[in-house]
Amino acid sequence: MSHFLLTASGFVLVIVAVGLVRILHGPTEVDRMMAAQLFGTGGIAALLLLSAGAGAPAAQDVALTLALLTAFASVAFIKSASRADGDVDNGEDR
Amino acid sequence: MNFLLDLFTIVAVSAGAFFFLAGTVGLLRFPDALARLHALTKADNLGLGLVVIGLLPRAGGLLVALKLIGIWLLVLLSSATVSQLIGRAARRGKLRK
Repeated sequence: MSHFLLTASGFVLVIVAVGLVRILHGPTEVDRMMAAQLFGTGGIAALLLLSAGAGAPAAQDVALTLALLTAFASVAFIKSASRADGDVDNGEDR
Repeated sequence: MNFLLDLFTIVAVSAGAFFFLAGTVGLLRFPDALARLHALTKADNLGLGLVVIGLLPRAGGLLVALKLIGIWLLVLLSSATVSQLIGRAARRGKLRK
């Protein structure tokens, strides 16, 4: 059973790593950020599978931290993108 | 009983991995940013959700199971918020062109 979980972990990791090609191609920053978001979620899934497959409960805490950091990265991207557009924070549709 | 739980884990984790595959294929193949966002949210919500559900029978205790569900709920919350914000950024970028 742990073989299956470890294989699934590697499979998910390889699959989301292939998705990183989108970072290379673009065409816009939004697409690149989406690939990073997918990589974050895939990394969480791979870590959870790894912790169950290899019997390393600490990996769940790493997954929890990664979930937090992925959210922060995306929010930081949105903030910087709207600032670069000259989109001043005037309280409109927020 | 043990066999059934193992089978449940295998089915759910495989389905979750399939959704990650679908999300990656969608991210690479779909024509514009909003369609790609649609593919991405499937991988985020369903893929991780099925993986977590599949791992629940193998969690050692109630606390570990609750932690797994907590991770999933956190990702659901952040992914829903971020998808909304990314969708708005993509739409504004398109309108400005």
